[in-house]
Amino acid sequence: MASVTFSPDDRYNAFITTLSGAETGPGRLSGIPVAVKDNISTRGIPTTCASRILTGYIPPYDAHVVTLLKREGAAIVGKTNMDEFGMGTTTENSAFGPTLNPADPTRVPGGSSGGSAAAVASGMVRMALGTDTGGSIRCPAAFCGIVGLKPTYGRVSRYGLIAYANSLEQIGPMARNVEDVSLLMEVLTIHDPRDSTTIACPYRHTPDPTIRGLKIGVPEEFFGEGVDPRVASVVWEAITRLEAQGAEIVTCRMPSMAFALAAYYVTCTSEASSNLARFDGVRYGPQADTRRTWHESFQEQRREGFGTEVRRRIMLGTFALSSGYYGKYYAKAQAARQQVRNDFLRLFRTVDVIAGPTMPTVAFRLGEKTDPLSMYLSDVLTVPANLAGVPAISVPCGTSEGLPVGLQVMGQWFRDENVIDVAAACEQGVSS
Amino acid sequence: MIEEKDVEHIAMLADIGITKEELSEFTGKFNEILDYFDILDQVEETGASEQELANIFREDEIVPSLPRDEVLANTRDAEDGFFRAPRVM
Repeated sequence: MASVTFSPDDRYNAFITTLSGAETGPGRLSGIPVAVKDNISTRGIPTTCASRILTGYIPPYDAHVVTLLKREGAAIVGKTNMDEFGMGTTTENSAFGPTLNPADPTRVPGGSSGGSAAAVASGMVRMALGTDTGGSIRCPAAFCGIVGLKPTYGRVSRYGLIAYANSLEQIGPMARNVEDVSLLMEVLTIHDPRDSTTIACPYRHTPDPTIRGLKIGVPEEFFGEGVDPRVASVVWEAITRLEAQGAEIVTCRMPSMAFALAAYYVTCTSEASSNLARFDGVRYGPQADTRRTWHESFQEQRREGFGTEVRRRIMLGTFALSSGYYGKYYAKAQAARQQVRNDFLRLFRTVDVIAGPTMPTVAFRLGEKTDPLSMYLSDVLTVPANLAGVPAISVPCGTSEGLPVGLQVMGQWFRDENVIDVAAACEQGVSS
Repeated sequence: MIEEKDVEHIAMLADIGITKEELSEFTGKFNEILDYFDILDQVEETGASEQELANIFREDEIVPSLPRDEVLANTRDAEDGFFRAPRVM
């Protein structure tokens, strides 16, 4: 079997692990270097989730998506940096230090798939896998100026993805252009009975930028409070170009946006508090002290092994699910989540896709945001797609202050092809 | 408003381990975030989903599991093919 030489100058700290002689075989991705986010299991290759609690862990099996990459001949050249367990919007919450944004190394690349985005944007790899729980593919794609797709929930197997919030997250493709994102999507959508939340719905599609007659809904709330007017204006220009290409623009409302962010954070922290209970230092990671009691050993492992944000989210979720508070937080969050789904259902009766900015601002400066709540608020435009499970893509649509701005396009359930086509049209509009 | 003793209790429930020095910082941030979550009080319970859902079943077939030695390879503390764990009490 042939191998691909990979010894990059990783000046942006995009990788946690690099592999110098990755194997490649025949297939549609033959000889192509592909990076994989470090929360996706790779047999024989350390997988850390950017956490000290997984120090030394080497998965005994491949995630389904990794099996699919290998089947198509891809050379898996490294595991990329991320916010610990996917919890963050900047890739600063990593036990391996922050990743820098190749568009401006004094800025964050976005997160949590910031390492994958930086590896692609800097040209170290042609494509990468990210994961998106509340925007973690689309945010770094927007901040670094690349294309990233969060597929419809249930289209790509999560088998082998180290779980953070199961009901929200999807693995998805990231690349410098829509064509490569589409190619990678074809490879990733082979059905896997080991993830019972997937259905057999293979993506077989060539991006088609012809959007004549397509109805694009633009919710007012995506241009509301907190959205930088300069970013809003770049995105509006892109939407106007789509109109010039034959699309029909329909302004609309999405009232559930008022609750979406709170619903998202209650849901994801609740799921995280359950999922991350498995990290106890017994089966992998730093070893438990078996002379002490379970609770003493467990608490010490987790205080030292998890970063501050991960501990905060586990505690928030534990609180939201605890007796006496369940009705106030978790039950209400699920009702709000239903309203988000109903808003999408209602809008999709009259429009084909929904568009707006991916992020309310351009990339933050490193260290600029330290307060957890203000960090959470920057996810306001990306979380609705995860709550509803609809496909959503971020595609570069221009710059503000010299930094990349992403257009976000959300589509109907299992019509990822539509958002790819609109992204292709946007790409054509930007380059012409 | 939740207090430091509440955060200490949650940390105990979650087995997260928290030091006295960390309590005031965590409690302050917790209250800011929970204040924001209060917006959910305005959500009206809408009842059933408008979306049609269908269960998907599969046959319960026996498939090979991972070899025991590979699974135990990630612990330094295996004994007779089992994981050694701390005392429960």
